Amino acid sequence: MTSEGYHEPLDRLSDSVLDHHRAIASIMEELEAVDWYHQRAEATDDEELAAVLAHNRDEEKEHAAMTLEWLRRRDPTLDQHLRTYLFTEGSILAVEDGATGGEGDAGDGSLGIGSLRNDDFSL
Amino acid sequence: MNRLFRELAPVSDAAWSEIDEEATNTLTHFLAARKLVDLIGPCGWAHSAVSLGRADELDDSPFAEVTVAQRRVLPLVELRRPFVVSRSELEAIDRGATDIDLEPLKEASRDLALAEDGLVFDGYPGAGITGIVDASPHDPIALSDEFDQYPNHVAKAVATLKAAGVGGPYAIALGPRCYQGVIETTERGGYPLLQHLHLILGGPVIWGPAVDGAVVLSQRGADFELTVGQDTSIAYRAHDADTVTLEVQESVAFRAPSPEAAVALRYD
Repeated sequence: MTSEGYHEPLDRLSDSVLDHHRAIASIMEELEAVDWYHQRAEATDDEELAAVLAHNRDEEKEHAAMTLEWLRRRDPTLDQHLRTYLFTEGSILAVEDGATGGEGDAGDGSLGIGSLRNDDFSL
Repeated sequence: MNRLFRELAPVSDAAWSEIDEEATNTLTHFLAARKLVDLIGPCGWAHSAVSLGRADELDDSPFAEVTVAQRRVLPLVELRRPFVVSRSELEAIDRGATDIDLEPLKEASRDLALAEDGLVFDGYPGAGITGIVDASPHDPIALSDEFDQYPNHVAKAVATLKAAGVGGPYAIALGPRCYQGVIETTERGGYPLLQHLHLILGGPVIWGPAVDGAVVLSQRGADFELTVGQDTSIAYRAHDADTVTLEVQESVAFRAPSPEAAVALRYD
């Protein structure tokens, strides 16, 4: 078993879903490690150990960010939400109001039509 | 509140849903270029220009020993089509009416779709946009109303693209005159012309109401780029006791990095 996070029979899951699972599990593990390192760095009385643990903690943040970006590029809904909320200022709830108040589904208030290309060329 | 100011309109959530759905249906029905070219974005309303990757050196630099080069960009254009809807019709939506008259919205959405397709296929010199037809280095192929000759015309267009080193699959955007003739025509043996064209092209046959004649273009990708800043949106403009004025809007630009990947077919 490569992961204990599967909740459905493997033969019913596509390669895409399995890869998404791998990425999500990795992000969870990286952020959990950040949390653990953060606590240990604060708790130890050894300054040098605290510095090493803090260094390791920050490397895990990079790993989490890289994997999150992999996921964002393949998940249009996650992409839309990240574009709406990340790197904003002020109230996050106000950002939500601005994105959804009386608006269509797309976070920018547009109709969300986007590309209409279909790679299936059959008639 | 964002820049569309929809919260200021005397329009209920149910009416907004109806407006958005009707606009989406109409736009996706009439938009043809988005079914054929690469769409870059949406990049947001604040996105103002497409970088062209080139620079022009200015020969009047005011700075001693320092040269100045100015980057070339293609500015996005804002397309806006206002329309007026009756408040009584919008109120009828809240009462559960299903025969709502949203014809002004449909007309506005159609006009915006045709404008976007016009930019892509015919360009707009005033905005610095060269369309697919004018950008193509290939001589246009002459069309006639002899629709049983269409497979020959399309095969010639495909051969032109292949000879220019442009790989497939290929697609065709048919203007109204062409499309009607194609779907009405059955070749000898009863084979539908539409299916014959599809076999020659290997790609889609698209109805393009803004297209004059027809255009055959490659679907390999990266040849034609429609850049969208703000994607099609419904914005609020004004209201009075009887009507609400809204507008369909978007910001777009078009460029053809590989103009040789298309051939126009034109009526004499």
